[in-house]
Amino acid sequence: MIAELGLALLWIAAALACLSLVAGTLYLRGGPKDLGALVRPASVAQGVLTAVAFALLIALFVRSDMSVELVARNSNSLKPMMFKVAGTWGNHEGSMLLWLTILGLSGALVAIFEKRLREDTLIATLAAQAALSIGFFAFLIFSSNPFKRLPVAPPDGQGLNPLLQDPGLAFHPPTLYIGYVGLSVAFSFAVGALITREIGPAFARAMRPWVLGSWIFLTIGITAGSYWAYYELGWGGWWFWDPVENVSLIPWLAGAALLHSVAVTATRNALRAWTVMLAVIGFSMSMVGTFIVRSGLLTSVHSFAVDPERGTFLLVLMAVYIGGALTLFALRANTVAEGKKFALLSREGSLVINNLLLTTILALVLLGTLYPIVAEAMGEKISVGPPYYNKVAGPLALILCLVMVAGPLLSWRKDDGKKLWSRLPLAVFAGALVLVLLVIFGGKVGILPLLGMTVAGVVAVASLAPLWGRNLRRTPLPTWGMVIAHFGVAVTLAGMGAESAFIKERLVAAAPGDVVKVGDFAVKFVGVKPVAGPNFTAIEGTLVATTSGGASFTLKPESRMFPGLMGTAPTETNEAALLTRPGGQLYAVLGQPVASEDGSADRYQLRLWWKPLVWWIWLGGGLIALGAVLSMLGRAQLLTLWRARRSRKSQERFAP
Amino acid sequence: MKAKHQRLILALVALVGVAGAGVLAASALRDEAAYFRTPVEIQDGKATVGEAMRLGGMVAAGSIKRQSDGLTIRFVATDGKASVPVEYMGIVPDLFGEESGMVADGRMRADGTFVADRILAKHDERYMPPQMGEMPKGVAKAQQKT
Repeated sequence: MIAELGLALLWIAAALACLSLVAGTLYLRGGPKDLGALVRPASVAQGVLTAVAFALLIALFVRSDMSVELVARNSNSLKPMMFKVAGTWGNHEGSMLLWLTILGLSGALVAIFEKRLREDTLIATLAAQAALSIGFFAFLIFSSNPFKRLPVAPPDGQGLNPLLQDPGLAFHPPTLYIGYVGLSVAFSFAVGALITREIGPAFARAMRPWVLGSWIFLTIGITAGSYWAYYELGWGGWWFWDPVENVSLIPWLAGAALLHSVAVTATRNALRAWTVMLAVIGFSMSMVGTFIVRSGLLTSVHSFAVDPERGTFLLVLMAVYIGGALTLFALRANTVAEGKKFALLSREGSLVINNLLLTTILALVLLGTLYPIVAEAMGEKISVGPPYYNKVAGPLALILCLVMVAGPLLSWRKDDGKKLWSRLPLAVFAGALVLVLLVIFGGKVGILPLLGMTVAGVVAVASLAPLWGRNLRRTPLPTWGMVIAHFGVAVTLAGMGAESAFIKERLVAAAPGDVVKVGDFAVKFVGVKPVAGPNFTAIEGTLVATTSGGASFTLKPESRMFPGLMGTAPTETNEAALLTRPGGQLYAVLGQPVASEDGSADRYQLRLWWKPLVWWIWLGGGLIALGAVLSMLGRAQLLTLWRARRSRKSQERFAP
Repeated sequence: MKAKHQRLILALVALVGVAGAGVLAASALRDEAAYFRTPVEIQDGKATVGEAMRLGGMVAAGSIKRQSDGLTIRFVATDGKASVPVEYMGIVPDLFGEESGMVADGRMRADGTFVADRILAKHDERYMPPQMGEMPKGVAKAQQKT
């Protein structure tokens, strides 16, 4: 029953999306006002019904209803409850339904909360959002129905890919999806504003919190995903330039560019056409990413079953939406009035350069990600890996950071170079200090990490500069947000630089009692013992790490064995053990047993890393997200409304 | 006049930037992109010694030999038509085994051995590098059996 109800709700929600689109279009063409009034409630209902359908799918997973194909293929009654729930979105159909749920709920939130936009622009925006939903409803219902029943229910399910059986799954994909799909709001805003020709500061101010909101989730999702890959894959890396990582980075870059350009439009009424263009690009990149991941075009740890039909469907949807939005842009761009002028050396100027660099990095990452597909179509099989990305993105990112040093210290409209210089001596000194220390004590450090840490020093000090000489209590929240986010960039950059420059790695075959030196630690391999988990068995190694200061810690890396369920092959995974210290992390992986000459297997492969400051990378990501949160809170309508209500109340109280 | 000047400068900066980025990308792609090779292509002499590349194939039955240091393994990668000896030092991934598919990043040594820096294996039947799908039928069948 539940499955049938879920499917029915999807159909109704799709119908409501059609209603929003048709009613909105007719209203905008001069139809009766009543039609326009339909759009808000229809959008809200569509979002809620989709969310209920998603909740029903979760219920099917929780009840382990094996008559539903999706549950039978991806779940198992023995699985811990958390992974039954998280398993809902650990597969293609479920994750597409999550996608649609977020798309619908974003529309609903706009319909409920957005009060600043002109009525016709709002209706155009909601109609655009509904148009996006319709395509993806069609995709879900016709080619990826999550509620499909099996003719005969199997006794139990095939289980979830063990790599995905991790708390990270509960958290990472939904967060990333909210960010990914949240960008659809900016896209719809842009389309709406192009339709009604309302592009100016008011529109930018209305769009800004939505952009910030989705960018916060993207930032958290990418940061969490990086940490997840770091400890779950057991390769010790925090970023692999894997195509699927790239397709989450690309919308993040677009979002970063957009939230800076929307600041210029909102504050100075400049860069109007460019802001609209970026809003279109942002969600377009989300769609490209979904297409790449879901069509299985690329080799990646994330790409699942290859299905050409789905790929073609998504390609068509993408072409229609991106092509449509760009056509609209081309038709209306010349009617977007020219913005206010500004000097090159000004806040606006620095933000223009910021945008140029961000979009260039975006283009280069996209090129590297798509190049293998293009090359394959021309008969060459090629893979583009970290060396390419480090070479192209590294230097540009460092230049971007230097622009970030100057930008917040410049005033709007125009500024002069001498004044800027007079605000910088301390930051330049900090950078020089880092550089000198690294050259003297650092030993052999690669050029990119060396420059990275130096620039991090400059940015760390300069990012705090906007607070100097200010009453900290009266400093507005968005300023705090900017300062914290930029400081977070410095922290991340320092972590990346230190980790790549000073990493220590040991790979040994150790017998119980052996001691391995890595970094400041002497790690003793005590031995292994078998342990059993809820649905796996494992070999657990015990390592005792002792610092030169005498403190000792125990690490327990595991090698897990998941039995094959319902005819699938058994799977092994490595669970790394991590020891977090103020100076970095010790990372241990237990490998295979090593047979000795006499056939006894007493030695085990061990891989140990000492990674200096590595956790700064994710700390910085967290700070960037926190900064964006503060910036959003400072600007969100909710807070303004609340303040307005409070002041109104107090006025009423004092009214005669 | 001044505003026009300004926009001209901005446009020029943007143009130079875009051109620079294009050159950077082209040179990086030429230097850093790695070819995906199969054993038969290597036998045909398509791989240059020392050039970074990605090798895909099936691990031949009975070919995995662990060296006495306990860390280095040698095995033979095959695509049914030709085979290449591979050497790898490190912990092999989950699900790496004989008669199953693998993809390795590394380079050819002058003695005809492929030295791998990293090995990727088929994680389960739902994950398979697309390149493996294009291997000869026999290989694909052998994979299905495992």
